[in-house]
Amino acid sequence: MHSTLSFSQATTVPTTNYAFHSQSPINLRFCGLRREAFGISILTRSSSGRVRLSTRGRSKRTSASTGNNGTPPKSFDYDLIIIGAGVGGHGAALHAVEKGLKTAIIEGDVVGGTCVNRGCVPSKALLAVSGRMRELQSEHHMKALGLQVSAAGYDRQGVADHANNLASKIRSNLTNSMKALGVDILTGFGTIVGPQKVKYGKVGFTDNVVTAKDIIIATGSVPFVPKGIEVDGKTVITSDHALKLEFVPDWIAIVGSGYIGLEFSDVYTALGSEVTFIEALDQLMPGFDPEISKLAQRVLINPRKIDYHTGVFATKITPARDGKPVIVELTDAKTKEHKDTLEVDAALIATGRAPFTYGLGLENINVVTQRGFVPVDERMRVIDANGNLVPHLYCIGDANGKMMLAHAASAQGISVVKQVTGRDHVLNHLSVPAACFTHPEISMVGLTEPQAREKAEKEGFEISVAKTSFKANTKALAENEGEGLAKLIYRPDNGEILGVHIFGLHAADLIHEASNAVALGTRIQDIRFAVHAHPTLSEVLDELFKSAKVLDMKTLRKMKS
Amino acid sequence: MQTQLGSAVFPRLLRRSLSYIPSILYSLHWLLNLFHFFRFLSNSSPQSQKHKEMASPFLSNTIISFSSSLSSSSSLPRLAPSIPFSAIRSKSTPRRILTVRSKIREIFMPALSSTMTEGKIVSWVKSEGDVLSKGESVVVVESDKADMDVETFYDGILAAIVVGEGETALVGAAIGVLAETEDEIAEAKAKAASKSGASTPSAPPPAPTPAAASTPAPPKSTPAPAAPTVAEGPRKTVATPYAKKLAKQHKVDIESVVGTGPYGRITPEDIEAAAGLSPSKKNVGLAVVVETKPAAPAKAPAASAAPSSLPPPVPGSTVVPFTTMQSAVSKNMVESLSVPTFRVGYPVTTDALDALYEKVKPKGVTMTALLAKAAAMALAQHPVVNSSCKDGKSFTYNSNINIAVAVAINGGLITPVLQDADKLDLYLLSQKWKELVEKARAKQLQPQEYNSGTFTLSNLGMFGVDRFDAILPPGQGAIMAVGASKPTVVADADGFFSVKNKMLVNVTADHRIIYGADLAAFLQTFSKIVENAESLTL
Repeated sequence: MHSTLSFSQATTVPTTNYAFHSQSPINLRFCGLRREAFGISILTRSSSGRVRLSTRGRSKRTSASTGNNGTPPKSFDYDLIIIGAGVGGHGAALHAVEKGLKTAIIEGDVVGGTCVNRGCVPSKALLAVSGRMRELQSEHHMKALGLQVSAAGYDRQGVADHANNLASKIRSNLTNSMKALGVDILTGFGTIVGPQKVKYGKVGFTDNVVTAKDIIIATGSVPFVPKGIEVDGKTVITSDHALKLEFVPDWIAIVGSGYIGLEFSDVYTALGSEVTFIEALDQLMPGFDPEISKLAQRVLINPRKIDYHTGVFATKITPARDGKPVIVELTDAKTKEHKDTLEVDAALIATGRAPFTYGLGLENINVVTQRGFVPVDERMRVIDANGNLVPHLYCIGDANGKMMLAHAASAQGISVVKQVTGRDHVLNHLSVPAACFTHPEISMVGLTEPQAREKAEKEGFEISVAKTSFKANTKALAENEGEGLAKLIYRPDNGEILGVHIFGLHAADLIHEASNAVALGTRIQDIRFAVHAHPTLSEVLDELFKSAKVLDMKTLRKMKS
Repeated sequence: MQTQLGSAVFPRLLRRSLSYIPSILYSLHWLLNLFHFFRFLSNSSPQSQKHKEMASPFLSNTIISFSSSLSSSSSLPRLAPSIPFSAIRSKSTPRRILTVRSKIREIFMPALSSTMTEGKIVSWVKSEGDVLSKGESVVVVESDKADMDVETFYDGILAAIVVGEGETALVGAAIGVLAETEDEIAEAKAKAASKSGASTPSAPPPAPTPAAASTPAPPKSTPAPAAPTVAEGPRKTVATPYAKKLAKQHKVDIESVVGTGPYGRITPEDIEAAAGLSPSKKNVGLAVVVETKPAAPAKAPAASAAPSSLPPPVPGSTVVPFTTMQSAVSKNMVESLSVPTFRVGYPVTTDALDALYEKVKPKGVTMTALLAKAAAMALAQHPVVNSSCKDGKSFTYNSNINIAVAVAINGGLITPVLQDADKLDLYLLSQKWKELVEKARAKQLQPQEYNSGTFTLSNLGMFGVDRFDAILPPGQGAIMAVGASKPTVVADADGFFSVKNKMLVNVTADHRIIYGADLAAFLQTFSKIVENAESLTL
């Protein structure tokens, strides 16, 4: 506790709304409890960090209201029902309990949702393996470190088990953390039957109807499979199947070069597969800052056993059968003409994810989905077909499509809980970091350079770009991993951080210094002289902030006063 | 940069490819062909002669291209002594006159890294008509590794841009033309126009033209004129991503490779086998020759694969592309011509050997083991014959005597190696040999079991061949060709006639390191060992 306190003072957080100084027994007890939950739910990441800050000042009130059973005047079964126990629902539930709400979570499948069972978590296990394999196989790299390794091999089943074990471990942690806090876990498929009313039940059993003051939809998403692609789960697969790693094909086509595709290309090439990317847009890695994706392509694609077709759709994919390989038909994205046919051993469909909102009963409350997504406003309040807000109904996470990331869902859930407990809150999505766990990693927060330029032009301000290389970082060089770039897009007039993009060793961990700064509204001039331990990778960001040229401090101060 | 390419990269490739041993094996493949001819022809020499004649055009191409690339690079050190990425060199001074008279210079695609084969123009910093001064950035080139500014090493005017932004050109291809004065701009433009018309590597955007353009085996497949019916089926080539990358890197024409992977796809191994021993310079040379007369640049692969000098095929003939192994053999055969070899024959009396063979045969000893042992014992006394010449400047004495023995298997040829044949006893050697042959049949030989030979033995005696001559596999100093042992009437010094079994052995050796007397002495020793065969069992 002491270290946390002193740290928060030293960093001079500009907007200190939180009272840190209470050291009452209640607070400590609560922290202890929270810490347990926090230790378990590693997944909620930065958003959980914010939760922790906000609890302290309020803990007394919270415990008091818990003592009152928290029953609102109108009689509801629960204060809050969350449909879907993924990372978003979990984050919301934990925060709701802290706020003293009587909370239930409905889950029709397994606790943890996509992230824990079929997404971020097991894929990290595979990537941990691929990172090591890649390192051990890189003779040059090993030699440069003076290491000798005879031959690196792997046991496919062992790798698959590692991923599976990790998923079940995190799943049980998540379940236990909710149970320990007193969240009711209702098993079954949840359907909204009317305002503030949800029914749930397993197939073949009678449905139960429960009422709640507020309802959060957090049903998440499933892999999106475009038309014409036949997924058989063996040779034509989605990330759901790929994470089980049932076989390692010699040659796999990956449709889509976003996060999912890139991470799997990292896994498969490290395990000896060759990869062909199929990307509908003209550039690989379309979601990233162009400069980062260009560099990433040089490091992650070009030297590896990967080739690619851009500007094409995979219009038809037939699984391997009758002694024939997987056949992929490519159609030009612009002319719509047949362009090429590939014969590969497997195809992974990584074209993104589609919201899982079917059967939610949205028609009962006059809500029409848009391409499957539940329409919401910036406070995650659901909007009905007439454009009016549906009272007491919220939707978070992949189901609303605002930002399809586990930790974004969790942050949205916390934001909703804040609102229903009487504090207005709008989540700043530009402060939500994103990471791709390739080797090396890619991470980002805020705007890309083209987005920032567009915004600057529209709003009439200047932007500047600062860059630093991992090549100049002692720790990176010690690890013999000097490949990498950090890029800062900012306003030179006031030092506002618009976007930070990192490609390099442990980029996913490094981004939080920047994302926290964005979330707290910290300006470059406020953090540029913050001390970083030497030698650490974090000095890449240190250098980055120092190299930014914000207009003279004195003139700024004069302007302010 | 061109200098670096000329002096550093080529020799390295050469060396690497020389040491590329699996393909050496295939070089012996022709021994097998030869043997087929022996069965039908009484005289072998016309055939081997034919081989050389067929091969010689390749050799001359090689030499031409190599010398030209040398000469162009030789003018460079002066021009670009320190700046690594200078792309400018003199072109219009063909090769003898190094002092630059002409004022029109071409800007070439520089090699920005050792692995770079082609570059993409990111942007032209200067546009046509701009005045350039020494050291200024002219163009930004994207390689496989980075974007680099390329600067000029001359003052002048950028007269014409040959390769536009976003287009790709092979390393060494002209991407722009520089005129020294305004008067020469028109001339330079004309030159540029002819350039962009003639060398097409940039025009068709997506097709991997460089790989295709550098086809190392023009005589086969796709006879351009009008013989589509003759060629193989319409099935398209399927190559894995890494195979394509390797093909590009090693300049292998992927169309010429026959895939051995699943569903007939071309695997990286196929490309490696096809790349074989051919140093990349040769392929560049060939590409240049082919490109001098491109018929229609519309279809780049077809045009580049078009045979330039061979007569049109006889009507009704069938064109069967080489398999991967055969292309490797073909390349190695051509490669072997760069070694000055000579041959020395020797008659060896084998009565003692035959007697010994009868005696040890029941114990599993084969004639191959006997001959290998005899050769190894002789080599132990003549280490120079066991040496090799890797760089044309030195002897490489091998510490072990490893006898590679050519074995025909299923339409192929492989040379399992009896390692330390001089040290192992006959029985162990025979046992080892048996294992190797079994492994070879099951295609389970490990690389060191077929590529570590220091001396090769080839025996066609069992077919009744009385003498033949073997091609020296690159990387070794000598190869011994053993004929059949036959009863021969001999007269001794006293005039007494007797009948003795004699066999003719013929050794082909690299005369850079092994001279006539060396070989003769070695053969004499070998003969003595065979004639006192009992020593083999010691």
